[in-house]
Amino acid sequence: MEANAPIVKFHSVAKRYGDGALVLDGIDLSVETGDFVTLIGPSGCGKSTVLKLVSGLSPWTTGEVTVAGQAPRQARDRQSCIFQDATLLPWLTAQANVELPMRLRGENTAVRRARAAEMLSLVRLNDARDFYPRQLSGGMKMRVSIARALSVAPELLLLDEPFGALDEMTRNHLNEELLALRARAPFTAIFVTHSVSEAVFLSNRIFVMAARPGRFQAEVRVEFPCPRRPELREQPEFQAKVNEVSRLLHQVEGVEVR
Amino acid sequence: MKRASAIWGWILPVVTGAMIIALWYGVRVVTGMQSWILPTPLEVLQAAVHERQLLLAAAGNTAVGALLGFTLAGVAGWVTSIVLGSSLSLRRSLYPWLLVLQMTPVIVLTPIIVLWAGAGLPGIVTVTFLISYFPVVANMTQGLLSTDRNLVALFRMSNASRFQELLLLRVPSALPYFLAGLRIAATLAPIGAIFGEYMVGSSAGGTGGLGFLVYSYNTQIKIPALFATALTSCLLGFIFVAGVALFNWAVLHKWHDSYEQPDR
Repeated sequence: MEANAPIVKFHSVAKRYGDGALVLDGIDLSVETGDFVTLIGPSGCGKSTVLKLVSGLSPWTTGEVTVAGQAPRQARDRQSCIFQDATLLPWLTAQANVELPMRLRGENTAVRRARAAEMLSLVRLNDARDFYPRQLSGGMKMRVSIARALSVAPELLLLDEPFGALDEMTRNHLNEELLALRARAPFTAIFVTHSVSEAVFLSNRIFVMAARPGRFQAEVRVEFPCPRRPELREQPEFQAKVNEVSRLLHQVEGVEVR
Repeated sequence: MKRASAIWGWILPVVTGAMIIALWYGVRVVTGMQSWILPTPLEVLQAAVHERQLLLAAAGNTAVGALLGFTLAGVAGWVTSIVLGSSLSLRRSLYPWLLVLQMTPVIVLTPIIVLWAGAGLPGIVTVTFLISYFPVVANMTQGLLSTDRNLVALFRMSNASRFQELLLLRVPSALPYFLAGLRIAATLAPIGAIFGEYMVGSSAGGTGGLGFLVYSYNTQIKIPALFATALTSCLLGFIFVAGVALFNWAVLHKWHDSYEQPDR
């Protein structure tokens, strides 16, 4: 696909669940191919709902959402998702879990075996292939989940607070691994998080959202070159970006408190 | 620590058992009851040894009826649950009537069962089936409906068909529930078979199961032998429950949280 063509487009989208209040209002968004977009904001601002609309799990109320020019449901083959929980099937081994999306797409056994093994070695879980999820630590489970999502070589990856439940060190490692994987097989990403430093480290565009109704308050561009190394976190310009986003976030939350 | 706790797991029930036997003897001695009203544990054991051939043959017959009814309940329960779990309207139409079936005392149905299925094994299997079917359906259906919502979202996002969702997600995740249902069914199946033999079998000569022995010993006032029959029935029940526990272990121990995790 041509670089910088929009892969996800929101055109003045609003969303309410049933007869409830508006969860999202006036959302305009154009995610370009190669973007790493992060949505950050207070709880209940509809960050995750944006992902649900993109994946076609939930319908929008007014406006229009397209993925690669199609309705979201038609574009599911282009996307993968990583959830807050690793969402592994407990009765399958790590290997079989990574194979699952390929299995659902009817890929033949030999291909998916080889591909899953390759993905697991990329996330450094060679030795854990035959382990069941309960035998894995939180970080390992999440790595299996990443391997599973990337096994189908998605154009678009949706990440719904995937590292929120992990300790900071594991989270930093996984951030770095995610960028390394992305350098090997590029994908466009929409990422939801509560962590400002994670957002700054990973993305090139950050949208700060406000709640009630969920809306975009500000966009921050992050121009650090790739590949990004762990040392970046100690640079003053990194800290400056974190402060900028935090300030915006405080303003938004201030509005909410009042 | 673990070893000690395992040893206590054996000691405590044995101690309780010994206390119950002591109490049993005590009641007998204090009240001075006749042996044909309350036999001593020793007399029960003696009767069991004396009647061992009859008891064993009868237990074998009962086991066949119980196993057939139990297997049928397991298979039919599995299939019914999948039907119920796959559609809300089917669930709404059928579930109340399954409840009605469950609420109807089997004793009321027995004459009808004899009339339709015939006396002997077919009737006994039917009674066993009726008693053990519902727990399987109730548990497994609950399991099919309790699938983790995030996993369902994962399947939907991967464009899984409804059939794939059922086969690869809902059924495996309902497995622990199904097995819980089977465990209840396993405690009920021998009881169902014995009750069936007592009601159905005795009315037509019987197949000579434990239920028939109950009838026969009762009319002969062989009370110690009656106690021995109760003991045999318990043992049969234990074998059923142990069988399901083994099956449960075989299916779940590798991945399910109910089994202790291997040390790593």
